[in-house]
Amino acid sequence: MKEKSSVFSRFGDKKNRGRLMSFALVIIAYIAVEVLLKTGSLGSMFSSLLVPITCYVVAAIGLNLNVGISGELNLGQAGFMSVGAFCGICVSGILAGSITAGIPRLIIAIICGAVLAAVFGFLIGIPVLKLQGDYLAIVTLAFGQIIKSIFMNAYIGIDTEGLHFSFVESNFKLQPGGKMLLNGPMGATGTQKIANFTIGTVLVIVALLVVYNLMFSRSGRAIMAARDNRIAAESVGIPISRTKMLAFVTSAALAGAAGALYGLNYSTLVPNKFDFNTSILILVYVVLGGLGNMTGTIISTVVLILLPELLRSLQDYRMLIYAVVLILIMLVTNNEWLMTKWKSLFSGKAKGGA
Amino acid sequence: MADNTDKNVKAPVLDVQDLGIDFGGLTAVNDLNMQVYDGEIVGLIGPNGAGKTTVFNLLTKVYKPTRGKIYFDGKDTAGKSVVDINKAGIARTFQNIRLFGNLTVLDNVKTGFHNVIPYSPITAILRLPKYFNSEKEINEKAMDLLKIMELDKYADYKASNLPYGAQRRLEIARALATNPKLLLLDEPAAGMNPQETAELMDMIRFVRDHFKIAVLLIEHDMKLVMGICERITVLNYGMMLAQGTPEEIQSNPEVIKAYLGD
Repeated sequence: MKEKSSVFSRFGDKKNRGRLMSFALVIIAYIAVEVLLKTGSLGSMFSSLLVPITCYVVAAIGLNLNVGISGELNLGQAGFMSVGAFCGICVSGILAGSITAGIPRLIIAIICGAVLAAVFGFLIGIPVLKLQGDYLAIVTLAFGQIIKSIFMNAYIGIDTEGLHFSFVESNFKLQPGGKMLLNGPMGATGTQKIANFTIGTVLVIVALLVVYNLMFSRSGRAIMAARDNRIAAESVGIPISRTKMLAFVTSAALAGAAGALYGLNYSTLVPNKFDFNTSILILVYVVLGGLGNMTGTIISTVVLILLPELLRSLQDYRMLIYAVVLILIMLVTNNEWLMTKWKSLFSGKAKGGA
Repeated sequence: MADNTDKNVKAPVLDVQDLGIDFGGLTAVNDLNMQVYDGEIVGLIGPNGAGKTTVFNLLTKVYKPTRGKIYFDGKDTAGKSVVDINKAGIARTFQNIRLFGNLTVLDNVKTGFHNVIPYSPITAILRLPKYFNSEKEINEKAMDLLKIMELDKYADYKASNLPYGAQRRLEIARALATNPKLLLLDEPAAGMNPQETAELMDMIRFVRDHFKIAVLLIEHDMKLVMGICERITVLNYGMMLAQGTPEEIQSNPEVIKAYLGD
């Protein structure tokens, strides 16, 4: 009995260990990358991937809150990234004259991107989260497509007379010296690149703090209770749709922040970048990392972004190997026998230490 | 109301008047009248399919009644939601256990404090002092409840890993966390052995005295029902068959006929 209860009592501590592990992982990875950058041993291809990786990690952490913790399937995370990205680009473009320093402008752009994505999430959530079932998946899928079409047809520019906006190209006229922010299917062009890896890492840590602090609180327990048993959750006074809304909006806001950072990392960005495939890709990061497992999400995102690049030398076989690796990881992590072996390896160590 | 001569000094905490519900053409509950007073343990019994759980679902607003009124604490509950009714002070357990299986035993009870000790998500994300104070209070109160239900040694177990009897007690602890005035127990002793049932009876009495609440319970175990209920309502085919003290019910020929057949 004593032995048994000690095994189970670790269940609670495990949550804390997981939390500390993910922060440690991010900080160690950051320091390692910075050292490699300083010594110049990181190839240009990898250094160009650093900011996108942090963006996708943040979006995936947000999606894991929605899919893993809240248990609602969301197929439009790229749509929220898109909202954040183009909002961030516009905000940065508008503020370019008044705030010349890159970092404060970037932070303002990220906050604006997060807020606008959260507003979109809220509006979508109002009708959908009252329903049970897969409706959120269907609606977010549609949202991703709609938002892409909107940005493909949106023309936004700024000149001496102020901000201009139109959905019809021929109606769109700027004063000489005006600046085009969004140019329909061409997307944003001539964006000032102000994103950097340090801010990306800080954003990852902020995302982790938001998600973990929410998880281990009254709201987090309510979110998980609503996922585990809807009827019982209502019977203890938890309003289901409001609770699911909190998870969904937080997830959208994190995607928006990630999108803003992503958009300001490139001089050009086309709306097609955030299509259905991107949403599915983020979902793959989450599922592979483990539902509700933030450390796993970070690792799987980094691995799955780097893997196609590392396999580039294999040329045509690249995506084939990628698929095989994906399937193998799924098989291994779902193999109970292997997992118990793996776990006993760790608990054996813990016993020896204590 | 006139027949409650012995209780006429106090208004009932729960007052059900002419309650009825139809599912399509089927009348599941009809013309039900019953009262539960403060600090009372009342039993709701009847053969399988008599509509007992339907009554619980009506009281907690899972179903909307077709006819009749439910007054709780003197107020009409018409138009209230499941969440509202819990906030008003009715907590329940379920016949087929409904725990939050992936949460720990302790966290299951903590969810019960959702509206009792509230703080905003912003407070949680920013880890303001209110978060720490509230969580400390929630933790202490949840542990107290676990001790009362003799579940404290399981606090860090995953709820779905608990033995059956402990799961039933955990549901009661979670319901008590919502600070109810009336506790509805749906077959609390189902699947328990005689010794566990005896312990459960003591627990229910203790809970009633300690929290000063009324208890309405559905149960098939007659030893438990006759042992702790002060009054009993018998349902058959959705209609009230009899009402009275355990002695009256045991000697009522109508009740014996309903249970044993002609």
